[in-house]
Amino acid sequence: MQSLIWLAIAIPLASAAFLLLAGKRADAWGHWVGVAASSVAFLVGAGALLEMLGESGDHPGMTLTLWEFIPGGDLNVDVGLLVDPLSITFVMLITFVGTLIHFYSVAYMEHDVARRRFFAYLNLFIAAMLLLVLADSFLLLFFGWEGVGLASYLLIGFWNQKNEYATAANKAFVVNRIGDIGLIVAMGMMFAAFGAVDFETVFAQAPEASTATLTAIGLALLLAACGKSAQFPLQSWLGDAMAGPTPVSALIHAATMVTAGVYLIVRSAPIFNGAPDAQLVVAVVGAITLLLGAFIGMAKDDIKKALAASTMSQIGYMMLAAGLGPIGYAFAIFHLVTHGFFKAGMFLGAGSVMHAMNDGVDMRRYGALRGVMTITWVTFGLGWLAILGVPPFSGYWSKDKIIEAAFVGDGWQPWVLGGAALVGAGLTAFYMSRLFFMTFHGKARWNDEVHPHESPLLMTVPMMILAVGSAFLGLFLASGDRFAHFLEPVTGHAEHHDPVIPIPLIIGLTLALVILGAVIAWLKYGRADVPEEAPAGSLATITARNDFFQDSVNRAVFQRPGQHLTRTLVYGDAAIIDGAVNKQARGWARLGEGSRKFQNGQVRSYALTMLVGVVVIALVIVMGA
Amino acid sequence: MNFVTPEIAWAPLTPILIVLGAAAAGVLVESFIKTPATRRVVQLWLSGAALLAALVAVVVQWGGLEGAAGTVVMSGKITVDLQSLAWQLMLLIFAVLSVLLFASKTSDNEESFTALGSVAPGSVEEKLARRAGLQVTEVFPLALFAVGGMMLFTCVTDLIFLFVALELFSLPLYILVALARRRRLLSQEAALKYFLLGAFSSAIFLFGAALVYGATTQIDVAFIGIAIEIVDGRDGMLLLGAVMVIVGLMFKIGAAPFHSWVPDVYQGAPTPVTAFMGAATKAAATAALIRVMYLAFYPLEWELSWMFWAVAILSMALGTVLALVQTDIKRMLAYSAVAHAGFILVAFAGLEAEALAALPFYLLTYGLATIGAFAIITQVRERAEDGGVGAEAVRLGQWAGLGKRSPLLAGAMALFLLSFAGIPLTAGFIGKFEVFSAAVAGGAWILVLIAVIASAVAAFFYVRLIVLMFFTDVPEGAEDSIAVGNEPLSRVVIYLTAIAILVLGILPSGVLELFQESAVFLVIGG
Repeated sequence: MQSLIWLAIAIPLASAAFLLLAGKRADAWGHWVGVAASSVAFLVGAGALLEMLGESGDHPGMTLTLWEFIPGGDLNVDVGLLVDPLSITFVMLITFVGTLIHFYSVAYMEHDVARRRFFAYLNLFIAAMLLLVLADSFLLLFFGWEGVGLASYLLIGFWNQKNEYATAANKAFVVNRIGDIGLIVAMGMMFAAFGAVDFETVFAQAPEASTATLTAIGLALLLAACGKSAQFPLQSWLGDAMAGPTPVSALIHAATMVTAGVYLIVRSAPIFNGAPDAQLVVAVVGAITLLLGAFIGMAKDDIKKALAASTMSQIGYMMLAAGLGPIGYAFAIFHLVTHGFFKAGMFLGAGSVMHAMNDGVDMRRYGALRGVMTITWVTFGLGWLAILGVPPFSGYWSKDKIIEAAFVGDGWQPWVLGGAALVGAGLTAFYMSRLFFMTFHGKARWNDEVHPHESPLLMTVPMMILAVGSAFLGLFLASGDRFAHFLEPVTGHAEHHDPVIPIPLIIGLTLALVILGAVIAWLKYGRADVPEEAPAGSLATITARNDFFQDSVNRAVFQRPGQHLTRTLVYGDAAIIDGAVNKQARGWARLGEGSRKFQNGQVRSYALTMLVGVVVIALVIVMGA
Repeated sequence: MNFVTPEIAWAPLTPILIVLGAAAAGVLVESFIKTPATRRVVQLWLSGAALLAALVAVVVQWGGLEGAAGTVVMSGKITVDLQSLAWQLMLLIFAVLSVLLFASKTSDNEESFTALGSVAPGSVEEKLARRAGLQVTEVFPLALFAVGGMMLFTCVTDLIFLFVALELFSLPLYILVALARRRRLLSQEAALKYFLLGAFSSAIFLFGAALVYGATTQIDVAFIGIAIEIVDGRDGMLLLGAVMVIVGLMFKIGAAPFHSWVPDVYQGAPTPVTAFMGAATKAAATAALIRVMYLAFYPLEWELSWMFWAVAILSMALGTVLALVQTDIKRMLAYSAVAHAGFILVAFAGLEAEALAALPFYLLTYGLATIGAFAIITQVRERAEDGGVGAEAVRLGQWAGLGKRSPLLAGAMALFLLSFAGIPLTAGFIGKFEVFSAAVAGGAWILVLIAVIASAVAAFFYVRLIVLMFFTDVPEGAEDSIAVGNEPLSRVVIYLTAIAILVLGILPSGVLELFQESAVFLVIGG
């Protein structure tokens, strides 16, 4: 099956094209084509995984060269797919969660007139995301990278009849472009340094390259990762991206696409291993983002935006882990997988709640939904326990490992990074519990027009499956370090290091903070009454509510100067360049008007012109000879 | 006194004989078929068949030569070599396309030609003739005579015979120019001007030939070259003669300062005739100029180079600058033709072998775009008072918004204009590139620099028309003032030429190789 892995990309892609071209006649059944395409992609991926598990040896997997892509003088790029433990992990996550969300969407988008188009975009996303993770060169990865960016743009702006949604799509697109420049620059530097952009050549030559080169490439890759994964300072788009339909938020903006940055860093491990400074920057960016996301999450009343902030924060954990080097790579991916399950599950739960609440997203208008939506409550609750890191649920196994790893090292690093991770765990517990209690507990605060009800089975079954994953996947993968061993051929063997404080103490501290956070949340939002209107709040709350004024900062630092720059350039272009061009054009025209006089329509003057011409030429030539 | 009958190898002349024979037969058709409509059909099929047969004959000959340079016909008066076959092939292609345009009729069943050439414009007789359904079907045999003359022009190697061929293709053209269906006074005036100036230039040519004969005692081009080399006779008479012969040919190419006829004639002639002349006359005259320069006057290259530089620069500058200020589309293209004459002469700098392949390619691309562009002009017409189809809309302002009225036509026009401007992916770019590289090989990079600047300025008025067609709205109240024709024959010509321009722009190598193969002369010694 590994050699057939290209089918997993080709089939959703073909399905997307078909759905887009099929027209209205496919409206009635087109979504099932999309579901089928995603399911087949999952089966292909599962087959490849089983085959890989049956293989022995150090390097399971294979490289599959499909065709020559760019046969150039110095640059030869083939279209090739790399099937190895890392990529197959992603394939399974993308296709499994993706397929569940396809099923969920059939019901969720039932009343949308453009459901067929929605599934076309979803399929396009699946194909592009699989291309991203299966590519065997940075260039091909870039195609997938742009493909998911396109799908994300199309889906955020899916309801683009609302102006602000279209704006949100544009914002995501533009911010992502900034990150993409990083990837392009990184490829340029790779080509300059190694003469190639395929993984095999680049990674083989990376150990011999200078630290400066590797640091530069690493930082450029980090820029790309920050754009795609909404990491500081390019995080501003993710909150607005919640404008898309909720299944999209679950699949693209929680479980898969936003984790592509983490994939890029981990995949480029040989580069970062040789660039400790770049690694440190990655870890610091992760630490900043995980705290930033947590603070924002504490203040948001919009359930989707709160979840988005939480996603940002959790990816911050993954980045932090990826920045720790070989000891963190496996845990970054591990947390990525478990997060994919519990966050997608919670987003689907949020979608289910919104479905029940007439698409209202303000948690201050929720409350006491436990009684009316039992299945949603249970599945969401399992996700909540998982993200809190309560043993034995999934999040505990992955997040705790990251916190432990963050405390490894010398000097100030373990204390700062580990401290951030530890505090982040407490904050996470607070804002997730706040979200959970505000939604499902306390008093009912919804209006009379709203009649909450449980969602149909087509929606709840995917939620149940994801909830099972939220509950047990971590335990399953962590037992005997199963997952870490599976990834070892890619991430490298991690030497065991002792953290600066004993592991049991870390676990104990973490759990204590988590419980503290949850208890405070219960006291404030579970037991006490939640005001229906948001209170004015302190300066800190306002800051967090406004995403730390990221938009204003961007506007002041980038947008305004950018506008002034472009205006100046436009003026310069008009006055100086166009001015010069126009002036000389006018000169030509005047010249033309002048010479027109000779063409007066009289044949005798025409003949005279000819004669003068002959005489002058003859005189010059004959006299000159 | 004994005259020796020259031995004539008839076979290589087959294409020319077919065309001229069909022309003669066409004259008979005029006399014996009374009904104008039937006559028209017979003439059309006759000329079409003759041109295609000649085309086949040229191809067969090309294949038959098999590496040999060519055949000497008629004691060295005519040499059918690969170079002349290449030009003949091109001329026949132009002729086929032009004849289709000649035959094209508007939706009101109206031709481009007047009903009866001899009646005064606007007279009662003219109305009667039109009502009687008369048609000037002589245009087909006239065109065939012109084509035959041009084909001969490409292969004669004797100055006197060259003059005969020159007149053979010029006289029918003078008549054709006078036969416009509308704006007849303009058309007749143009014909008279063309005739007078043409006669003037013929006289200059003939006088030059006499002087060259006087200086070298030779009239065969190859012998002239040998004689100049042997006797080292670079006296005033030879140089004056050479200059005058070249001027006669430059007149036909339309280079400044011998270009005065071009704008008036291009504007006044029936548009299909303009298309034919614009493409074919330039090609035939270039072919003859190549032969004269490369075989007879090459020893004078240093002395004459000044003339080529001056005329080329003047043509490019004048053509470009005057095209900028034109408001009539036919005149604009006429001045653009003058500028292109300059580009053609650029390739003669240094008399490099590269030019022998570059020039045919350039003329092919230029000719195809010219025929296509003028064919489009025949399709964009004013709406007459009675709602029918009126005269051609030649004012530039009337082309505003054509892109919305007829995207296909406007798109094709844009393609032709871009090809004229020499924008990549069109044939014009490859043509210009080839011509300029021939000149660079001849060391004339300054001339090429000037030519490139001229191309850049010229791009302005080509692009201005594109902007007008696509980005300017139709003026209010003028929505119904333009009637876009949909004549099948013209459409065929437009689409064929557009495809050819694209193909030659993207995949030029096959045709380029063909012309490179033909870049040889058969130089005879007896």
